[in-house]
Amino acid sequence: MHRYVMTLVAMALCLGACAASAGEELLVSAAASLTGAFGEVEVAFETAHPGVEVLLNIAGSSTLRQQIVEGAPVDVFASADRSNMDQVVAAGEVDGAPRIFAVNHLQIAVPAGNPAGVTGLEDFADEDLLLGLCAAGVPCGDLALTVLGNAGVTPAIDTREPDVRALLTKIQSGELDAGLTYVTDVIASDGAVHGIDIPDGATATTNYQIASLVDASDPATAAAFVAFVLSAEGQAILNRYGFTSP
Amino acid sequence: MEVRRPDGFRLDVALSIPAGKTVALLGPNGAGKSTAVAAIAGLLPLDGGRITLGSVTLDDPAARIHVPPEERRVGVVFQDYLLFPHLNVIDNVAFGLRSRGVGREAARARADEWTRRLGLSGFERRRPDELSGGQAQRVALARALVIEPDLLLLDEPLSALDVTTRVQLRRTLSEHLAQFPGPRLVITHDPTEAFLLAKEIHVIEGGAVTQSGSSDDIRLRPRTPYAADLAGSNLFIGSATRGQVTVDGHELHIANGASGEVLVTIRPNAVSVHLRRPEGSPRNAWPTTIRLIEHLGERVRLLTGAPLPLTVEITEGAASALGLAEGDQVWVSIKATEIGVEGG
Amino acid sequence: MSSANSGRGRSRPPALLVILGCVGLAWFVVPLVGLLARTPWADLPRLLGGEVVTDALRLSLLTSLAATVIAAMVGVPLAWLMARTEFPGQAIVRGLVTLPLVLPPVVGGAALLFALGRRGVVGEPLSRATGLVLPFSTWGVVIATTFVAMPFLVITVEGALRNLDERYEGAAATLGASRATVLRRVTLPMIAPSLVAGLVLTWARAFGEFGATITFAGNLQGRTQTLPLAVFVALESDRDTAVALSLVMVAVSLAVLIALRERWWKAL
Repeated sequence: MHRYVMTLVAMALCLGACAASAGEELLVSAAASLTGAFGEVEVAFETAHPGVEVLLNIAGSSTLRQQIVEGAPVDVFASADRSNMDQVVAAGEVDGAPRIFAVNHLQIAVPAGNPAGVTGLEDFADEDLLLGLCAAGVPCGDLALTVLGNAGVTPAIDTREPDVRALLTKIQSGELDAGLTYVTDVIASDGAVHGIDIPDGATATTNYQIASLVDASDPATAAAFVAFVLSAEGQAILNRYGFTSP
Repeated sequence: MEVRRPDGFRLDVALSIPAGKTVALLGPNGAGKSTAVAAIAGLLPLDGGRITLGSVTLDDPAARIHVPPEERRVGVVFQDYLLFPHLNVIDNVAFGLRSRGVGREAARARADEWTRRLGLSGFERRRPDELSGGQAQRVALARALVIEPDLLLLDEPLSALDVTTRVQLRRTLSEHLAQFPGPRLVITHDPTEAFLLAKEIHVIEGGAVTQSGSSDDIRLRPRTPYAADLAGSNLFIGSATRGQVTVDGHELHIANGASGEVLVTIRPNAVSVHLRRPEGSPRNAWPTTIRLIEHLGERVRLLTGAPLPLTVEITEGAASALGLAEGDQVWVSIKATEIGVEGG
Repeated sequence: MSSANSGRGRSRPPALLVILGCVGLAWFVVPLVGLLARTPWADLPRLLGGEVVTDALRLSLLTSLAATVIAAMVGVPLAWLMARTEFPGQAIVRGLVTLPLVLPPVVGGAALLFALGRRGVVGEPLSRATGLVLPFSTWGVVIATTFVAMPFLVITVEGALRNLDERYEGAAATLGASRATVLRRVTLPMIAPSLVAGLVLTWARAFGEFGATITFAGNLQGRTQTLPLAVFVALESDRDTAVALSLVMVAVSLAVLIALRERWWKAL
């Protein structure tokens, strides 16, 4: 299935490329939680490097990893966690070494107005509340279980959503009383969802890693992109979206 | 009873059917016969008038009475028989009894009895699509009779059959009808069927009864062109052997190799009238008296007497040329090839 | 076009038809072959015994059967009303019944949330009055799958009733059968093949439903994670389990469809 998806991705990108004027293209696969931040990074980079068009391929980190491993022509990979990047490294796809470029941590997300009166992680053991997490295998899902384990909470979860956006939508609409999502997602929701901080003792963070790939059509441009993300300007953008610098 | 169909057709007839008698409702297609069947069976409500069966009022819109079909004791044999395709013969016949709450064993027993009576033994397990037309007709009849209805209603009972079967079954049907104690109504477009099965016939056209009477009445004194066309044929039952058929003791030469019991038809305009014994080829000729003359515009209808009464039709011109009058002695002749012979 | 065969009895079919037919067959066979090729046969017994698989199978069978039963109980009467009575707005009703067939299932799931979710038009008063919350529950799965699958039953049965010669029911009435008896002993038996076909289609659709389920009922192993959901989630992290789950779905579906093939094809 992924080969098929990749062929589609490649075709779509080629079509996009045909429509674009002559110039270079940089295909960046970025984790879903980077949508907002990397949107700005894309514009800033293109301004600084005229003639380069950045194409953002947004999906869950594990999907992106599978695409790369099965041969997708990606230039840069920005992963939400280490395990997916490790697998890409193991497949020999990374040029050089991956760099940590952002840190994200989880927050408790509740609907605007916090109708269920959720106060902390202990509420995640409450059978009467409707609680959601990301699915197993999705970085924010695995992270959530770590956090709950750190807090000594036996969770009574009602759903494991396949991606963060689905989880957020259900919290936002009030169908769920609370969930564990990234702080960046809470910020990106623009007030639709409120965040409650997790105490330092329980919190766990995930390091976002970025690397340029061996298959990059122009390694110099790919490296430049990575450098930009790590630069002060890039970091400022990321901070605005809730990521902390490593 | 009066029924108004959504397409604008209106049926307005008055009938009474005494017990033990078979009455026929005879009419062309579209005359309202099926509407009448549906109304009597209870499948179509009346818009006016009344239907009573014995002392029970089945339908009376003025009094807001409408007995639903399942509560009427009317046994119907439908034109296409409508045997339930998913049930075998015995279950079809037993259907009415089971629906009325009779237990399975008792229903089977009574159904068995009727299938035997109608000569269907051995066919109990057959499915309707494995039956011939004649067998299906008898199953439909058994199914209607087993529930011992107060009125038996037959809608075109023989029209779905081929000619040979029809002749064979007419007699059987006639016998079974005679055995049914209640009133019997036969609906048909086939005058032969009507004349042979029923004593009393009502001719229906365009939703109204245009003539009522015995088969002789209709044949001899038709009141409408349609009735006249019906009456068109002289109908006899005779027995045939080797090119001849004996009808009411009178021998006719026929151009047909049939033998045994046959139906003989002679069109009135195939009979020639002569003042003296005719010469020439016609092999059937005999002297007789004119009993009745009717003038119908351009046509003149004669009724002849013994030995074989015939309805004869000749032109007005011919009649006046011959100077015919009631009581006159004349000769009639019919070509052998003009005599229709059916069955045998 | 290849030449026609004239009067030679059983002759070979035209080559073009054979070629196109084989391509058509390939469409069905190739994905299946891909699945079988990727199957870790040695590991299969262990995978099939895993909780993820058994939970998902149990849930799928339970919910698809429940959906079929509910669809039959309310869908057949609806089909009867649509086929046999005249009421205002009949065209709209037909459109509504057909809607789940053309609507993307996720949209259906979203609509169910808006209606029956905790903040939903019907769901909110319901949960306030009875405390009943339908999303994220097994009953939520049943509701979602019934929503997408019932149109198959209604449309099949309505078509069958329309094609049924009503005169048989009239004949039954003249023989003394009450309306209930007519329904039970004449109408339903006479549409039985279509009814069975409709039920099989309904079940199959419910069994394979994904979008509406995951949107309305969520995804939790043992409570709402049916086979399709389990496959989707497993594809991300555990390919082998995903393949095992897929095989289970294919096996169950094939078994049912083959078992009922005669009546199914006859009525369709």
